Amino acid sequence: MAAVSRRDFLKTAGAIGVGAAAGIGFPAVLRAQGGGSVKVGVLHSLSGTMAISEVSLRDVCMMAFEEINARGGVMGKKIEPVVVDPASNWDLFAEKAKQLLLQDKVAVTFGCWTSVSRKSVLPVFENNNGLLFYPVQYEGEECSKNVFYTGATPNQQLIPAAEYLMSKEGGGYKKFYLLGTDYVFPRTANKILRAFLRAKGIPEDSIAEEYTPFNHQDYQTIVGKIKRFSSGGSAAVLSTINGDSNVPFYKEFANQGLRSEQCPIMAFSVAEDELRGMDTSALVGHLAAWNYYQSVDTPQNRKFVQAFKAYAKKSNLPSGDKRVTDDPMEAAYFGVHIWKQAAEKAKSFEVDAVRKAVYGQTFLAPGGQIKMDEANQHTYKPVLIGEILKDGQFKVVSRSKGLVKAEPWSQYTSPDKGCDWIKHQGTYQKKA
Amino acid sequence: MWRPLLLALALLPGLAAPTAAQGAGASPSGAVAPPGPSAEIVKQLADVASADAAVQEGAAVALGKTGDRKILPLLEALREGSVYVRLLPGGKKETVIVGDKVAEGDKTLVPLFRAYGREPIVGADGKPVLADLTTLGEVPTGRSLRIAIRPLIDAFSGQSDLVAPDPATRRAAATKMGYTGDAATRQVLEDALGKERDRWARFALREAIALIRLRTGSETERVAAAEALGRLRSANAMEPLYQLASDAQAPAPLAAAAREAIKRIERWGLFTQGIEIAFQGLSLSSILLLMALGLAIVFGLMGVINMAHGELMAIGAYATFLVQGWFTAYFPTYFDYYFLVALPFSFLVSATAGLVLERGVIRHLYGRPLETLLLTWGVSLMIQQGLRLWFGAANVDVTAPRWLSGGIPVMIGVQLPYNRLFIIGLAAVAVGAMYLLLFRTDAGLRIRAVTQNRGMAACLGVRARWVDAGTFALGAGLAGLAGCAITQIGNVGPELGQNYIVDSFMVVVTGGVGKLLGSILAAIGIGGLNKIIEPGMGAVFGKVLILVLVILFIQRRPSGLFATRGRYAES
Repeated sequence: MAAVSRRDFLKTAGAIGVGAAAGIGFPAVLRAQGGGSVKVGVLHSLSGTMAISEVSLRDVCMMAFEEINARGGVMGKKIEPVVVDPASNWDLFAEKAKQLLLQDKVAVTFGCWTSVSRKSVLPVFENNNGLLFYPVQYEGEECSKNVFYTGATPNQQLIPAAEYLMSKEGGGYKKFYLLGTDYVFPRTANKILRAFLRAKGIPEDSIAEEYTPFNHQDYQTIVGKIKRFSSGGSAAVLSTINGDSNVPFYKEFANQGLRSEQCPIMAFSVAEDELRGMDTSALVGHLAAWNYYQSVDTPQNRKFVQAFKAYAKKSNLPSGDKRVTDDPMEAAYFGVHIWKQAAEKAKSFEVDAVRKAVYGQTFLAPGGQIKMDEANQHTYKPVLIGEILKDGQFKVVSRSKGLVKAEPWSQYTSPDKGCDWIKHQGTYQKKA
Repeated sequence: MWRPLLLALALLPGLAAPTAAQGAGASPSGAVAPPGPSAEIVKQLADVASADAAVQEGAAVALGKTGDRKILPLLEALREGSVYVRLLPGGKKETVIVGDKVAEGDKTLVPLFRAYGREPIVGADGKPVLADLTTLGEVPTGRSLRIAIRPLIDAFSGQSDLVAPDPATRRAAATKMGYTGDAATRQVLEDALGKERDRWARFALREAIALIRLRTGSETERVAAAEALGRLRSANAMEPLYQLASDAQAPAPLAAAAREAIKRIERWGLFTQGIEIAFQGLSLSSILLLMALGLAIVFGLMGVINMAHGELMAIGAYATFLVQGWFTAYFPTYFDYYFLVALPFSFLVSATAGLVLERGVIRHLYGRPLETLLLTWGVSLMIQQGLRLWFGAANVDVTAPRWLSGGIPVMIGVQLPYNRLFIIGLAAVAVGAMYLLLFRTDAGLRIRAVTQNRGMAACLGVRARWVDAGTFALGAGLAGLAGCAITQIGNVGPELGQNYIVDSFMVVVTGGVGKLLGSILAAIGIGGLNKIIEPGMGAVFGKVLILVLVILFIQRRPSGLFATRGRYAES
């Protein structure tokens, strides 16, 4: 037995090492280039002010990719996510989108939260014929061929909520206080709400409208006004207050002696994920309008919630299995699945083919069956009114009958406009 | 063998119970069955499960009006949405209440309870029946039903609430009964009024009685009620009074009384609005003052532009969060007192952080304001990121102790929140303590001496460096105290400091650097002005206007309300 010299040993080990590296490494390279996988972009802020909300969307997208890959991928190809961080910076959104489309050549992108970030990437997706799935409720008035909107339009959230409050079931409220943070969504939302309320015969002096700056903390004056406004009873607040300004608002509301039975607050921007960092005691009994809640009691939702908690724990995400799911997360999740189904139907990842295949797709989403519109790039969704509970969850108190068709152009503010990519080229003028 | 079955039959209210109950009662063995519901109630128990919302509501209201306490669990269950319908063998349906869910494999099982009296339903084997939730039909409970049920539950609990030990509970019970009550309720309220001693509970009772009389009384009673409501300045009565005043069919004296009452209530409304604005201004001023006090000491007396002041506040706020966590974990029974511990604790934590900051870096940069500005700004970013790494980017939840929730009614229509009163008191105490410290103690004398002439003070044996460190720690501690107070009105997150730093500097600069009295007056001026402007112009424009006014003021008086003296001015 010849003794193995140290030099020989090193040589051999090195050779094995290189061989092993080649064995593992080369196929990986081949997979990336040779079509064993398909690249998709994830464009959500992972830092900056919007990170609180958007990180959850990244997480749920990654979970959906993992699920799909575990079941064999899309047409046999594994999804390879390219995650970029636009850092809550609107200009950086456009830059990162360009990078995803031109450099990484992703087949599809899932991303954006704020309307201003969406507006910033819109020209990039349109000029390069990219495809964006946008998962957040928004103010409408948009109809791009390169975006699929899986969140709600005003008629799928704002209008049903106001209708509910006016109905006998909802308490028959006759006066409305429109309160919001000062930026594009609340301003547009309140324009539509006001037009709707006026159309339903609510007199001008029974509608109040007010805005506060971002991060506003001192709601003394506004709550005082609401108190006087609602003193006769029959008044409700429609709130588009954004983010953490909600806590001081609800606290002041309770401390000045107002209660949800007298004057309920209907919120359009408060979901489970935002309630995580809040002292909810002052919010209990108030209302919110969304298309999905974590508490929706369906088998597929129970599975979804469990899967997400397990995923958060397994991936060592902050808060682990204490994480919650909410409306935009559900919309982001089924957006990924809709894209997969459409690609499989089209048997291609090519944007125009996939886009045509998305029309009319259905999917059994956690919140129930949803359907993509046949022509207007939006989604048929159920509308749910929920009441806030002590544990930061919602109890559904009203549910739309069936699915509601999305109206990107509200019939109350733009009755003459429509959105159709089959019979028209996007936004068109309706004939009188 | 037959007895349990008969007993079970007797207990099934949905199963044409009268005959079954009679059967049980007549059974020779004399089974002791609890008194069953009457036929009327049985029918209504079935109607509660109706798909027709009007029928459902009618049945629930009729059930509530019976005054039978065994109905109360059903009404509460309807509000919670835990009422279901189960199918009995033979096609009959029974309205049941379900208990907490038990997961068993894929299925969700629930224990069942009788709709009448909420007794557990037991099977033939004597064990509680567990049913699969999917086999039951959920009874939909709309908001209107729940709104209709509310006063019924209140009527049950209202009578006991009217004699509750807490006057706020008695007051709320009376107000609630006033909205929906009838002549019978009025009698109950009048009895309660005879025994009531608390001023606000008496007011609520009178208002409720008058509201009921305005709705249900004879014409003379209604006129008297309208007049009474006017005397009571009842804002809650505005709507019915408006209706009477504008109703052409209403008798003339009644309409006149209503108009007179409206006039009185409206005048009172203007008066209370004035009081409210004054209080809101005071509250905002106290918050501004508390935030600016620490800065006034560090910036004013020492000339250090401390951009990390906001972050020292954030440290104080997070210290409060930690104390709250310890109380939840170790002394849950004393949870309400955590805030009293958090106040000194947050002061100490921030003061320590300030001390480290001063000894570590700032002392090397005295007299170089631009470098300290950059340095403290860098420190502020580091603290922010540190908090983010340690506690996460999301806000943390600081729960208000019970004694800081709610408010105290001081006059009709004005309720002052406890948390704001507390902060006003805290600011006053902090300013008083600062005054005593600076002008009535040896330590204060040394601080003032070093501020006015550092070299001379040092020559006379004052350890200027110790005084620097102590003063900076004091300023930082005050920031921590402000941070602790702010947890009661705002959010606690890593960016907390950024929201307050501009306002703090605005107060100090307007007041005049180096003058405590200037800061106090500036805080009161800015806070008060803000609250006077805001009702008319809105929060966004109000803020803009305040900034414009401050700029104009600084242009006229560059050194603020009071001219500067001391180290900073000399250098």
